[in-house]
Amino acid sequence: MRLVLDGFTKRFGDTTVIDALDLTVEDGEMIALLGPSGCGKSTTLFAIAGLHRVDGGRILFGERDVAQVSAQERNVGIVFQNYALYPHMTVAQNIAFPLRVRGASVADMDRKVREIAGLVQIGELLERKPAQLSGGQQQRVALARALVRKPDVLLLDEPLANLDAKLRMEMRSEIRRVQLETGITAILVTHDQVEAMSMCDRIALMKAGGIVQIAEPAEMYDNPADRYVAGFLGNPPIAFLDAVSDDILRLAGGAALGAAGTLQGLGPIALGVRPEHYGPGKGVPLDGTVIMLETHGREDLFEVELAGGGRLRAILPAGSGVRPGTTVDWGIDMTRVFAFSPEGRRL
Amino acid sequence: MQEQRAPNARHWPLIAGLVALSAPLVVMYLYQVIDTVTTTPPGSIIPDGVTLGHWRFLAGPLSEGGPSVWSLAGNTLVFATCTALVVTSVSVTAAYALSRLNMPGRGFFLGGLIVLHAFPTITLIVAVFLILQYMGLYDTLTGVILVKVAFELPFGIWIMKGFYDSVPWEIEMAGVTDGADRFTVWRLLVLPQVQPGLAALLIFSFLSGWSEFILPLVLAPANAPQVLATYLAGIIADDRFADFSLFKAVSIFYALPVLAIYMIFQKKLMNIYGGGTKG
Ligand SMILES: Nc1ncnc2c1ncn2[C@@H]1O[C@H](COP(=O)(O)OP(=O)(O)OP(=O)(O)O)[C@@H](O)[C@H]1O
Ligand SMILES: [Mg+2]
Repeated sequence: MRLVLDGFTKRFGDTTVIDALDLTVEDGEMIALLGPSGCGKSTTLFAIAGLHRVDGGRILFGERDVAQVSAQERNVGIVFQNYALYPHMTVAQNIAFPLRVRGASVADMDRKVREIAGLVQIGELLERKPAQLSGGQQQRVALARALVRKPDVLLLDEPLANLDAKLRMEMRSEIRRVQLETGITAILVTHDQVEAMSMCDRIALMKAGGIVQIAEPAEMYDNPADRYVAGFLGNPPIAFLDAVSDDILRLAGGAALGAAGTLQGLGPIALGVRPEHYGPGKGVPLDGTVIMLETHGREDLFEVELAGGGRLRAILPAGSGVRPGTTVDWGIDMTRVFAFSPEGRRL
Repeated sequence: MQEQRAPNARHWPLIAGLVALSAPLVVMYLYQVIDTVTTTPPGSIIPDGVTLGHWRFLAGPLSEGGPSVWSLAGNTLVFATCTALVVTSVSVTAAYALSRLNMPGRGFFLGGLIVLHAFPTITLIVAVFLILQYMGLYDTLTGVILVKVAFELPFGIWIMKGFYDSVPWEIEMAGVTDGADRFTVWRLLVLPQVQPGLAALLIFSFLSGWSEFILPLVLAPANAPQVLATYLAGIIADDRFADFSLFKAVSIFYALPVLAIYMIFQKKLMNIYGGGTKG
């Protein structure tokens, strides 16, 4: 079902946490609400679920405006960060609870519970209590409980935050598989960009109660709307250099980078350089000194202090033999550099 | 660990000290029991005969037309049970409201709860006496139960609120989005989480009711005593000549249920002192 937030506003007392937010999630799409802590992701999610009262705007499920509808009548499935399983009930009873309060027959509940338990692969755990499950298994139970009533929208609030790295990767693809198989419209709240990029059709990047950019993951990475987006996506993160653009483009330290092209005559600007676009034999060579090396196994991450000031990160395949302290003359691939105004606008 | 558990030479002085300190208590309890089944000549501490005479109160009233201990035990049981049930059922609902519902006057009630919790409620006894008289409940068991419940509630609500506070909000949020109304959420999802607190409070307030003395004494001082505590007091206050062996026998009769309950429910009662943190 298509979900639309139209001018959604939320206040806590006098502070406006979300101000007139617009968001459309297409039918069957999975979208990520990505942003730093405190930007209003959970607030938005809880408002969609009906757990927070809405202070303005509309929330449309299909054609129906549910902004004033109680949580019980919205048909939303939520997976919480701490799973919020009912500790005194077995897995089967947990999953059946949404059906039970709707007065489903025992046979019907049993059939649906088995069906959904099969889908999330916990069929053999049905008689256990939540305390007897691992984190990943609890996660699957929470997912099953959210899905069993065939919700209009599935909401996931940082569902992977409590899992260890390996399990997180496994559950990432699991959740995505289940979402695709059920074709349910879903919103994933996360502050982990890898999660957002790997699981979702589109990402809505939030900042201080508003959405800065909505785009497909690759598009957002390759074409960030502003400096904030560019800085948020990418790990290791992008590096920024102060530069000046008159008839040619040069760094603040003086080194010339080449023709200014469309940037001509803009004065002081900032350049964003991703680590993969800086390295040996890429574009104009710049003098610099390696000041730090992080070994990541398959590849090495270098931090380079440029002779004229400013720092860049480079990522190279392991085994380059470059050590901290070495002077290098690596270059920047100027075709892949983002330019930003001093206020952070994309140029 | 091992070393600490096995009493070794260094612990013996400690143990000896504890024994010396608690010996008087042990002797007292011992005599409490021995005196109820023996006769002892005045001035001696060595019993000179065995008798069941001190337990004669079990067979029938001590004096012509006096109350039977069994009917008093029944009264006490009713008193303690009603107190426990009302205290628990009011606490369990009121505490939920104070813990979770955003209702008007919540701050006021919470403040009042803490004040009443610390307040020596017995100083209210005169006002309570007047109110009961006005309502026509003076000298009735119902009246005493109501007052006892009122005095116990701040404690009960406070304890239960502690247990509710430790139930994660997400459980309720999940319940509501699962389609259950707030009452169903409370009954099916939250109540089972605070069940240890519920059981502890039930037992605790039962014991408190069972041992209540002042309230029945002051508020229901009819010719015949109403509960075991006042009956017990009556035995030594009654005559110029007080029968201490009888007093001890009745005390044991009175204390046995308490001991039994403590032994059976020890673990549950401990929950209350944990403050509900582990729920
Ligand atoms: N009940 C509340 N009362 C007042 N302010 C609140 C309340 N809940 C959240 N806020 C504020 O609203 C803002 C957004 O909170 P929210 O929980 O939506 O953040 P978030 O993006 O989910 O962050 P995180 O990643 O840390 O979970 C925060 O500044 C927070 O302090
Ligand atoms: Mg959050």
